[in-house]
Amino acid sequence: MSGLNELYQEVILDHYKNPRNYGKLEGANKTAEGFNPLCGDQVTLYVRLQGDVIQDIRFEGSGCAISKACASMMTTILKGKTEAEAKALFQRFHHLVTGKEGEPAGTAELGKLKVFSGVREFPVRVKCATLAWHTLRAALEEKGGAISTE
Amino acid sequence: MEAAIAKISPKSLTSLDVEKIREDFPILRQRVHGKPLVYLDNAATSQKPQAVLDAISGYYSRENSNVHRGIHSLSERATLAYEGARAKVRAFVNASEDREIVFVRGTTEGINLVAQTYGKKFLKTGDEIIVTAMEHHSNIVPWQMLCEEVGARLRVVPINDQGELLLGEFQSLLTEKTKLVSVVHVSNALGTVNPVKRIVEMAHRQGIPVLLDGAQAVPHLRVDVQELDCDFYLFSGHKLFGPTGIGVLYGKARWLEAMPPYQGGGDMILSVTFEKTVYNELPYKFEAGTPHVAGVVGLGVAIDYVTGIGMEAITAYESELLAYATETISALPGVRIIGTAKDKAGVLSFILSGVHAHDIGTILDQEGIAIRTGHHCAMPVMQRFGVPATARASFSFYNTKKEIDAFVAGVQKVRKVFG
Repeated sequence: MSGLNELYQEVILDHYKNPRNYGKLEGANKTAEGFNPLCGDQVTLYVRLQGDVIQDIRFEGSGCAISKACASMMTTILKGKTEAEAKALFQRFHHLVTGKEGEPAGTAELGKLKVFSGVREFPVRVKCATLAWHTLRAALEEKGGAISTE
Repeated sequence: MEAAIAKISPKSLTSLDVEKIREDFPILRQRVHGKPLVYLDNAATSQKPQAVLDAISGYYSRENSNVHRGIHSLSERATLAYEGARAKVRAFVNASEDREIVFVRGTTEGINLVAQTYGKKFLKTGDEIIVTAMEHHSNIVPWQMLCEEVGARLRVVPINDQGELLLGEFQSLLTEKTKLVSVVHVSNALGTVNPVKRIVEMAHRQGIPVLLDGAQAVPHLRVDVQELDCDFYLFSGHKLFGPTGIGVLYGKARWLEAMPPYQGGGDMILSVTFEKTVYNELPYKFEAGTPHVAGVVGLGVAIDYVTGIGMEAITAYESELLAYATETISALPGVRIIGTAKDKAGVLSFILSGVHAHDIGTILDQEGIAIRTGHHCAMPVMQRFGVPATARASFSFYNTKKEIDAFVAGVQKVRKVFG
């Protein structure tokens, strides 16, 4: 059970049951939709970008505890961050959940996102954890349309 | 819950000697995450008995050779084994002739074959193909591709809240535009056993041929294609305890003869010159290239294995297993079963309030229990029931009541983790 306890930490379950920044963002100027076709997870991300600063960010969608909690926590941490900071965080987060070594300095910046470190024990769930982040990148890069984890 | 369990006497679950049967399946002996493997993902693929594994290895050890072309002894033996398996398949589904049995890679390839040959020859702009709201993607997409190519239209028979076809709606979709009805025999996402004999009768009354996707039916039910009178019937070897990469297309000879070949190549020809090629007779016209001989041999032995147990005994045992699982899981709070048709086989699809199927799958896996979670390649079914995904336990004759108890305990653990 230790791996499971690590994966489904209280804070993750809390964000899953009570997602923050959930719902459409009026006045968003960047949006993207992400899909995980393997399990049917879907997320729509709304960003209001002013200059290169994320003024506001919200999301909608359906998914498992990991994908929903990730999207929720991501939105709480990204408000006020620049595009470059957001992308750098994604990279560190990706390393965290895939279990890649290195960048110890970056781990501190992840702050409360570190609760997702348990995902590394469950490789099939990495896609759940990164769906919102991939979708964010698509929104910022204005690739338009839908992105997929596959 | 106790009362619910008591309705089915454990004694009635002993009509098969399951403990002995389990010894035939080496994969079932292992532990996963330290727990005995409970394999409940049989609708995705089934496990293989030792006899099938031995047949494949024995074929490669003693007979391996190309079929239908060598005059040497090995080739003759390989050909005998290959054609012998075709005869077993014919008997298994009770087709009238061996040449009505075409080996393909699987159900998916078989449907694509019919779409690209029957479809391209007999469908034109404005024609219609009827499928149902409970089809696997493999019985939707090949027809959509065909429709796009020839300008035909796909019509969909709706289902009720139990996951049963609305036959009245089906009747009204049958028109002079309909050129084919393509229906799943047993739904992989819901477990519904469709009244396919009646569907065939209704379509035939208007002269419309019927294809049945039997991928989820043949492992659970006795299938008699002559009794059903269907025009095409398809299934996959790997869901029937045989190898992956081999499947069967049954087609009535008159249709197969009228259809153009699917792929060109060796074995499907009688003679080739640069001016003209004469296609081979049935079934070889549809079997271009060196076939999956070892797969066919393995499938033949898998058929021997299940017929040795008896399809009727398998159906009866599995139906008790499914009833037991349905009753025990339904007794848990927050469980909603997706697919509650009167006639079901092998599949228990469910959701748990407040918990995504994916999380159920991960937690059960930690208990050594393998189930499928997601949309089961049937996204329209998920849309129909308004759920993004379901958790699906699917059963086989080697599963036990004890395993179902472990599964139900696992789901209770999920509830505990999520509070």
